[in-house]
Amino acid sequence: MRVTFERRLSQPWWLAVAVPLGSLVVAFVIAGIVLLATGINPLSTYRQLFNAGFIQTGSLSQTMISATPLAFTGLAAAAAFRMKLYNIGAEGQMYMGAIFGSAAGLYVGSHVSSSAFVIFTMVVAGIVGGAAWALISGVLKAFFSTSEILTSLLLNYVAGLILTYLIFETESYWRETKGFNASVFPVGKQLPKVAQWPTWTIHVQGGVVIPLGALIAVIVAVILWALYSRTRFGFEARVLGDSDRAARYSGVRVRRKILAVMALSGAIAGIGGASQVGDFAHALDGDPNGLQKLGYGYTGIVIAALARYNPFATLLVAFLIGGLENAGNTLQGPNFPAGLVGVLQGIILFCALGGELLVRYRVRVHRKAAAKGAAPAPAPKAAS
Amino acid sequence: MNNSLVVVLVASGIAYGTPLLYAALGELLAERSGVLNLGVEGMMLVGAVMGFWTVQRVHANTGVALAAAIVVAAIIGAALASIHAFLVITLRASQIVSGLALTIFAGAVGLSSYLGSDLNLAGAPAAHQLTAVFPKSMQDWPVVGPIVFGQNVLVYASWACVVLIWLYLSRTRPGLNLRAVGESPAAADTMGINVTAYRYAHTLVGGAFAGVAGAVVTLAITPQWVDGITGGAGWIAIALVIFAFWRPELCLVGAYFFGALQALAPQLQARNISLGPTVLWTNALPYVMTIVVLVIVSSGTARSRLGAPAALGVAYVREER
Repeated sequence: MRVTFERRLSQPWWLAVAVPLGSLVVAFVIAGIVLLATGINPLSTYRQLFNAGFIQTGSLSQTMISATPLAFTGLAAAAAFRMKLYNIGAEGQMYMGAIFGSAAGLYVGSHVSSSAFVIFTMVVAGIVGGAAWALISGVLKAFFSTSEILTSLLLNYVAGLILTYLIFETESYWRETKGFNASVFPVGKQLPKVAQWPTWTIHVQGGVVIPLGALIAVIVAVILWALYSRTRFGFEARVLGDSDRAARYSGVRVRRKILAVMALSGAIAGIGGASQVGDFAHALDGDPNGLQKLGYGYTGIVIAALARYNPFATLLVAFLIGGLENAGNTLQGPNFPAGLVGVLQGIILFCALGGELLVRYRVRVHRKAAAKGAAPAPAPKAAS
Repeated sequence: MNNSLVVVLVASGIAYGTPLLYAALGELLAERSGVLNLGVEGMMLVGAVMGFWTVQRVHANTGVALAAAIVVAAIIGAALASIHAFLVITLRASQIVSGLALTIFAGAVGLSSYLGSDLNLAGAPAAHQLTAVFPKSMQDWPVVGPIVFGQNVLVYASWACVVLIWLYLSRTRPGLNLRAVGESPAAADTMGINVTAYRYAHTLVGGAFAGVAGAVVTLAITPQWVDGITGGAGWIAIALVIFAFWRPELCLVGAYFFGALQALAPQLQARNISLGPTVLWTNALPYVMTIVVLVIVSSGTARSRLGAPAALGVAYVREER
């Protein structure tokens, strides 16, 4: 039996939905085998996961807490990866957004009493922080053709060090210096009431709390969709992503596009950072085992890839993966080792990547060729 | 004299640089075949955790336990690389996204952390660790003592690897074939070289090297297990291959330079010397310097590809060439 792949000339629309769904199912089956191998019952684990993530009372509110930052980092990755700019610095850009956003919240919040204005400045500050941090990689890519993958990733570590430094190693503006608790363990300064973002409650499942950040993420997704599918900017960015040379010949200003897309991607991650402070933490979290342990920036890449870089699908996938993360946090214990959720995410991403083949190629199985078996080259694994 | 900052920095630069060197040599082999593997950090972490697990659980004398640990780390590294190889060579997935997936799957919040907590490894020091091979009297020789004779066996093995890989690439038939596969897979295919087999083999060997690199961290440098213990070394190793223009001998120089940078922060702290305004600066130095060197190396469009295999990152599909 010989398997060959033939390139599809047109891709049926339903494949773009069926393949990610199928890869999700396959991923859970593979992960189930891994669980069995380590002596854990996969079915009960999955039931627990699903229950803790989406079903039990209060679980959806918790899921929103992880889904909101993931929506931002997912959208940030989708915005950049779509044009083959591999910004894997959403993690660091989110920290920078949090640093800038909380500075704005602390400063403006103590001078202005209009909550809407304070929140607005926090979002803008988050955008500035995230975009500026991403632009370091953007400038290096545009002017020195330095790999943005490596620079944006290495800058994550630097941003993490800065974040920890601001709370743990100096008496910075962000750090709480008064009070008993602050003398025991360094913490960030609490934001004033006006700088804390509002929430809405939907009355199902005993009240699901929707943070403001989640609504902003939806708005960002709409803007991103419109930008990429309805404007000249988006069209040029997509051309650049598909063929660098075609874009150059047709007069696209490549450097400017790289800078703009990196800034856009960083800005989205930066809002995620501001939302992290305004919606949930209400203070800058510098603990190396806090925000930095969660790896939202990296999970965002998984989400964007599974959503095939579509903004709306990114929101949906962020919600699903957010449930998974939340369940992982809730269940963590002897029967549910840390890292299991990361493993599951990795397997999902592998399956989604493998599934891409089915979107792009038609798989043909030739049975006759095998029957002859006149010593053809040992069944070409790569079907090449 | 042996306590002077320079001697200590060179000696510990070699020690800290060894995992970088192994990881970079592995990545170099994979990239020379045209496969970019961004999963180095993940493979290193799993190599580190499995190597550590082996020395904790194998009841044998130190030599056997350590040898077993290195073999286990190499095997697990190759096993992880095989996922990447299958996805990018056989299924033609994006090499960049697949490599990232490997790091997410295996990395600090994935498989390595899962194994670390499932096998209950945190909190205990390594039962066996790699120590200097030569007798104490030789290590006390001025200058060369700590630098040349104060190292563990994997440091000397890494020097052998550099020479062997250099010979392999420049003096042997398979090495020539490998370079052909990385430069022009279509031409190599026409010559009758099995492009797929070469790519698989070198990606897997690259993974084995990354696994060993991880084991060096948990068996020699910081003999314990904590999540994310490699702290981005895998990424620095990938950058190192670019600085080294895809040449093994330059990997060695680069690895020791970055090893010394990593050793700088603890050494300066121990001596109460402050380099910049704060501890932040010394901690961030290895990452910032990597970026700076990367920019210097890649500035100028022509030089950015100097030594880079032409087909790096591109799937080879016979029907579509």
